[in-house]
Amino acid sequence: MSALLEIEDLQVTFGGTAAVRGASLRVEKGETHCLVGESGCGKSVTALAVMSLLARGGHRSAKRMSFAGTDLLSLSDRAMARIRGNRMSMIFQEPMTSLNPAFTVGSQMAEVLTRHKGASRGDALERAVALMGRVGITAPEMRLGQFPHQLSGGLRQRVMIAMALMCDPELLVADEPTTALDVTVQAQILRLLATLKRELGLSILLITHDLGIVARVADRVSVMYAGEVVERAPTAALFRAPQHPYTRGLLSCVPAPGRVRRDKPLGSIPGVVPTISPGFAGCAFRSRCAHADATCEHEIPRRVAGAAHDYLCRLAPTLAEPLPA
Amino acid sequence: MLRLIVRRLAVGLLVALTVMTLAFMLTRLSGDLAISIAGPSATQADVEIVRKAYGLDRPLTIQFFDWVGRALIGDFGQSYFFKDSVANLIAKRMPITLTLGLVGLSLALIVSIPLGILAAVRENTWIDRAVTMLTMVGQAIPSFWLALILMIVLGLHLGILPISGTGTWQHFVMPGIVLAFTAIPALTRLTRSGMIEAMASDYIRTARAKGLSRARIIFKHALRNAAIPVVSIAAVQLGFMLGGSIVIETVFALHGVGYLGWESIAKNDFPVVQAVVLVLAAIYIGLTLLADILNALLDPRLRTG
Amino acid sequence: MSAPVVVAAAPALRVGKAGFAIGIAIVGVIALAALFGNALIPQDPFVQDLGKRLIPPFWMEGSRPEHLLGTDQLGRDYLARLVYGARISLLIGIMTVITSGLIGITLGVLGGFFGGRIDDVVLFAITTRLSIPVVLVALAVVGLMGSGLGLVVATLGLLLWDRFAVVARATTQQVRNLDYVNAAWCAGASTPHILIKEILPNIASHLAVVATLEMALAILLEAALSFLGLGVPPPLPSWGLMIAEGKDYMFFSAWVIMIPGVALAVLVLGINLVGDGLRNLLGTERLR
Repeated sequence: MSALLEIEDLQVTFGGTAAVRGASLRVEKGETHCLVGESGCGKSVTALAVMSLLARGGHRSAKRMSFAGTDLLSLSDRAMARIRGNRMSMIFQEPMTSLNPAFTVGSQMAEVLTRHKGASRGDALERAVALMGRVGITAPEMRLGQFPHQLSGGLRQRVMIAMALMCDPELLVADEPTTALDVTVQAQILRLLATLKRELGLSILLITHDLGIVARVADRVSVMYAGEVVERAPTAALFRAPQHPYTRGLLSCVPAPGRVRRDKPLGSIPGVVPTISPGFAGCAFRSRCAHADATCEHEIPRRVAGAAHDYLCRLAPTLAEPLPA
Repeated sequence: MLRLIVRRLAVGLLVALTVMTLAFMLTRLSGDLAISIAGPSATQADVEIVRKAYGLDRPLTIQFFDWVGRALIGDFGQSYFFKDSVANLIAKRMPITLTLGLVGLSLALIVSIPLGILAAVRENTWIDRAVTMLTMVGQAIPSFWLALILMIVLGLHLGILPISGTGTWQHFVMPGIVLAFTAIPALTRLTRSGMIEAMASDYIRTARAKGLSRARIIFKHALRNAAIPVVSIAAVQLGFMLGGSIVIETVFALHGVGYLGWESIAKNDFPVVQAVVLVLAAIYIGLTLLADILNALLDPRLRTG
Repeated sequence: MSAPVVVAAAPALRVGKAGFAIGIAIVGVIALAALFGNALIPQDPFVQDLGKRLIPPFWMEGSRPEHLLGTDQLGRDYLARLVYGARISLLIGIMTVITSGLIGITLGVLGGFFGGRIDDVVLFAITTRLSIPVVLVALAVVGLMGSGLGLVVATLGLLLWDRFAVVARATTQQVRNLDYVNAAWCAGASTPHILIKEILPNIASHLAVVATLEMALAILLEAALSFLGLGVPPPLPSWGLMIAEGKDYMFFSAWVIMIPGVALAVLVLGINLVGDGLRNLLGTERLR
């Protein structure tokens, strides 16, 4: 059974710098897949590369990148444009600037449908109203004629989500959709996404740095570090038995009631994310890893730790080992 | 928005009054006007007659307020040398200057906007650099010199356009081209930078994510935002063009307001000089107000609240 | 920000290092020619010789070796006049920039630093200045008071300070709120000290760029004034005046107007290249 979105060994470079050095992940139909990592690890770039939205100067290559069986790498710009907004949609982190200030909300939403499905403007506006209601926007008819600057951040993000759903896409790529929003609004948006997934059978690739979000909404997780996907697992398995030292470090940084004691320092990962120069080989985490040895400077094996759970490390799986206190 | 207009009008009025004062002082620079009018061969008695006749014996402040008072209702007095009221003179010449200005601006926009878009879309390629070079060279060429060159090439060698005077629409082509030339570099650069900034914005990334066609992204989404400052600057450029038309009108012998200014300076016709300065300034003020209104109309963010 | 203030802060150009180098070379060559040219060229730019009128330059038929660029309608050596004219253009450009710079920078810094009423007055002055038709007024001044180098410089200097003021004001506003200025306040520095020691050095790079652009503008304006007969008085060979004098013969001897025109364009281009190159070099991007 092939996944909805399959990426194998994606590489993205900007000029001489490698932003993504080998990302592989699968998004199954109907699942919420979180791509998690800290700033600069390349997760947003991965999403942009999938959508072919890289900024000028960005080059991508991969062993395989396919969406619902179609090879994305060989598609022309025009063919890709027909898929974007249509079968694959993306929403971004900054709702305040992601909508065109010069056009009404209604016209910006309607043009997606008219473009891809040839719908009339009237039909498109009707669907826009319906979708805005679906995503919890009050008085949607009034919103049609409003301009983005008249809406709050949370409302704008809902508009973005509704706009992304205009053509009933199979996959929604969400790049940190709640990072720029208030905590309460965050929760609402996440709940909304979960509902939509359920009701529409939508598959979601959710980019985030927040493990809390991962715990809440993800079915499966891919952890990214310094341009590589270092661990992939179902959510429960990841939290219960993280294998890669980076993942374990990440999870130990999260203060959990019961695990954190008053006299012990909070968890942290020593060191900083290294800058990877061309020709780098081996594990990017080795400078910060307590278990590193000489073999970490060479090719790292991909190990399996359970059903659909793999990771990139020389260490053998340590099942159900509790995290350091 | 009404408040904006009222406030700008008030400031504009103040500016106009200041310009009136400056214009008045300007013509009094050469000292005794009566002597200039009476001419070099006049006797002392002649000068005194002239002084009385033109009201130049009154105190300066009285002369000033008299002029201001009349100017506010459109009475700029009588020209010393043309047998006509100054207001009439200006009114007769104004259509020519306005036509020239509009022709120049239209040509400038027709060239600048596509050129700016092209340079922005092909940023940092040879096309962009060529456009940049062209605007730099364009800014360096003196307009009166270009006028002469065009006269030689288009007027003499090719013989397709008349080189001076007014009368037919052809008389406005060469002057219009030269006038456009003065505005094209700035407008092109503005369009280019506006487009580059727009194309790099988040909402364009969203437009691409929606799968819209490239043409639609450039010409609808990006241009619509990039054009806002261009349109308002174009209005101001028109103001500059009208104010600076004196050189071009003189070279091409187009009898517009600028040429009138030139003639009246040569003939020491002070009321006309004062009035022309004031009228051109008033037009500029009006155009900047128009620019602000256009800005507010085109940018939804400025319209509400 | 109202429209007239926006106009003066025009967008920056991407002039590569090559452009900057070319600009410096052009201005350098012309400056050297202006300084030493007439000492090296034997012909006198003012000596008339009616028997040798309108001899064409060396690339045309009928030219004479002792007059490389030919002679004008009064038999004066063209090359000598051209070189002298460079001196006039550069002199006027520099003097005007100094004058207008002093006025504009003072106004701009005061307005930007103190804000409030003072700033209102400065903005009003700028708006008023922008409304004035510059060429017309300059012509009127010269027409009423007589031509002369000093008068032209004074007039242009009193008219061309607007961009200095706008840029000085905007940059002062930006710099005023920065930490090191506040640190100086806290250390008890006096206002003049802050203005001169903290503000000015940090806006200087922006102003240098404006200075080059204004210099180019001043040179073009003076040429226009002289072309119309109300600028630098004859027999001084201002390039604009040379074009005006050649106008009557331009249909037969086009080179009479071509040469000074090209000289003007090249000089102005060079100055603009230097200005934009400076802008990139000093990292002074478009003001927001």
